[in-house]
Amino acid sequence: MPTPTDDVMRTADGTPLKISLQRALVRSRLRALLLVLPLLAFVLVFFLFPIGHMLFRSVDNRIVGSVLPRTAVAIQDWDPDRAKLPDEAVFEALVRDIQAAFKDRTLGRVGRRLNYEKPGMSSLFRKSGRGAARITGAPYRDRMIAIDKRWGDSSTWRLIHRESGALTSAYFLAAADLKLSERGAIVRQPEPRRIYLTLFYRTLWMSGLITVLCLLLGYPVSYLLATLPLRISNLLMILVLLPFWTSLLVRTTAWIALLQTEGVLNDIMVFAGLLSEDGRLQMIHNKFGTVVAMVHILLPFMILPLYSVMKTIPPSLMRAARSLGATPFTAFVRVYMPNTVAGVGAGCIMVFILSIGYYITPALVGGRTGTFISNFIALHVGETLNWGLAAALGALLLGLVLALYLIYDRIVGVDNMKLG
Amino acid sequence: MVETKPRIVRFDRVQKSYDGETLVIKDLNLDIEAGEFLTMLGPSGSGKTTCLMMLAGFEPATYGEIYLNDQPINHVAPHRRSIGMVFQNYALFPHMTVAENLAFPLQVRKVPKPDIRVKVERILDMVRLSGFESRQPAQLSGGQQQRVAVARALVFEPALVLMDEPLGALDKNLREEMQYEIKRIHDNLGITVIYVTHDQSEALTMSSRIAVFNDGVIQQLATPSVLYEEPENAFVAQFIGENNRLRGKVASVDGDYCEVVLRDGATVRALKVNVSGKGASTCLSLRPERVAIEPNGQAEENVLNGRVEELIYLGDHIRARLTVAGEDEFIVKVPNAPRHASLSEGTWIQLAWAAEDCRALDASGKEAAPA
Repeated sequence: MPTPTDDVMRTADGTPLKISLQRALVRSRLRALLLVLPLLAFVLVFFLFPIGHMLFRSVDNRIVGSVLPRTAVAIQDWDPDRAKLPDEAVFEALVRDIQAAFKDRTLGRVGRRLNYEKPGMSSLFRKSGRGAARITGAPYRDRMIAIDKRWGDSSTWRLIHRESGALTSAYFLAAADLKLSERGAIVRQPEPRRIYLTLFYRTLWMSGLITVLCLLLGYPVSYLLATLPLRISNLLMILVLLPFWTSLLVRTTAWIALLQTEGVLNDIMVFAGLLSEDGRLQMIHNKFGTVVAMVHILLPFMILPLYSVMKTIPPSLMRAARSLGATPFTAFVRVYMPNTVAGVGAGCIMVFILSIGYYITPALVGGRTGTFISNFIALHVGETLNWGLAAALGALLLGLVLALYLIYDRIVGVDNMKLG
Repeated sequence: MVETKPRIVRFDRVQKSYDGETLVIKDLNLDIEAGEFLTMLGPSGSGKTTCLMMLAGFEPATYGEIYLNDQPINHVAPHRRSIGMVFQNYALFPHMTVAENLAFPLQVRKVPKPDIRVKVERILDMVRLSGFESRQPAQLSGGQQQRVAVARALVFEPALVLMDEPLGALDKNLREEMQYEIKRIHDNLGITVIYVTHDQSEALTMSSRIAVFNDGVIQQLATPSVLYEEPENAFVAQFIGENNRLRGKVASVDGDYCEVVLRDGATVRALKVNVSGKGASTCLSLRPERVAIEPNGQAEENVLNGRVEELIYLGDHIRARLTVAGEDEFIVKVPNAPRHASLSEGTWIQLAWAAEDCRALDASGKEAAPA
């Protein structure tokens, strides 16, 4: 055996033990990697990459530069802080860009993009596209202003100057009910356009309410499930899981049938004389309906982690507490509940994160007052086609969830979480 | 048994059924004296743990009454009974430190804080765990957890402590050490302990009295030595210690003794303990260590021949399995002395024993394997 010159542990042939161990483990590591490789590739190609791409749209601003390339370059020399209009060369570049874009039918895209920042831009570009096609020579400036006098307004040019860069903060500002003023300062949106902060706030407190209700309803059920004899608790477990086997859509529409003004619940209450025919309650298409339906749908996500944790608490623990002189209440609060913290944490974070991004149920039963931020993301993706804003809203939502997760980790500790 | 001591627990015609069809406890009558160390011994399912749970208040008695200090306690909640209890898996509170576990019974009794600290310190000292106050139960070894569990059941100074197979999870050496520890604590504090176990050697070592349970009935209640030397029925004889059984019929009765004809026709004289009379089937019980091998002409009452079937070398003695009177499970312990080294399998040897060591018991005795 070679004499070791240092404190490093060595195998019989003198290789350091650590290196030898690593070599021995390479095969098993390789095998583990091969096993997860298909999923890893799938997640990378179909999940992480598209999400990354989508998130990039929240700051992506290449549209002005790509449709109006000459203008974007020429306007860089212009000083937006002076009230003076850009000089003739910029106007010439603009005319040529508009002519080219009009021919390629891409002009509408620039108009739409700038319209997000300043209403009326879309119509300006439509009008200018038709007009500029007939411009054959100088003076470009006067002819453009003749087409529409907004070209003689320096605020139009400031906007083009501002948005000619490759990146923009405009979407994120809009998602937070802010915008850039003409002079580039961050200001709040005018009152009627402030909707997203209210929505974020509503999403948060309603998700919190749903989580608390799920906990209050789920805790006793889980306790029962964990303590009843197996034969009965299995049956109960099936009842808990039954909703899982039914389509989400069916469950949500069932709530509509139950809660609507002409629905089952109102009919019963009118029949029983609790309500008058005119006094039927509005229980759906508002916050109430959303909370009821979502508590119902998310309840199993609370019950399952709670149950799995409670199942591991030996019944002798409560008996020990009782035999030591604790009343049933004291025993429950001081001995049973502290041992369920892991399940409570897991259930709450699961329900909260799920509900914060929930889409289908608020969309169906939320009406005008019970919709969540995710419904507006869907609106911008599917209807207004303002993907940049949708991406910014999504990024904020993602950031929010991550922040909450970190706070949770700081307070409870993720390692303490038990998901089942 | 000391008759002058007051009784602390009394089971009065207690019956217990879980399903309304079968009785787990059949008519239990039991008086337990203050200061006693009473062990409930029996195979699993014999009802011993159920008895303990009824006494602790976790299971209601289906019929009958249980008295604690002559007060009926059937309708007293567990936390008002002031009975210390040590559970099978210790049931230490995993989210509390050792000190918090020990302080728990005192806190719920609203003992002032400084007193709690003193009492916790004292009890930790008693179970030799000083310095472990701030450990979590998970950081303790099995034996240490066991000590904490015992300390927790004692810290509020109950007069009665129940222990439900407390040493079941420990390995053999630790178990023996803890047996003496618990016995020492019992002797020092003068408390009453009711101890449940299925381990007969544990019961014999620790108890002042043992109640042998089988089938929901106390088979025999006696001190360890009486239980071992004078079992009253075949179950107790078989369950406590090692036992040789010889089956036969009573041929004649002669005062305290009787003549029994074994299966192969041999006649044996035995102490009449639990047989109805002439003609009854019986099961003779004989302890292996009371059998002499190759009696050197000494006049013994019973002399039989046996064929050596198997020899197992155990160091200090040799365990010989023989066929005697048609029974091939007859065990004899041969001390490892020079003159007995000549035993060999397949040979016939002569066995002898005194009539008073051979007890004629009921024949119905179930095939209970000793634990």
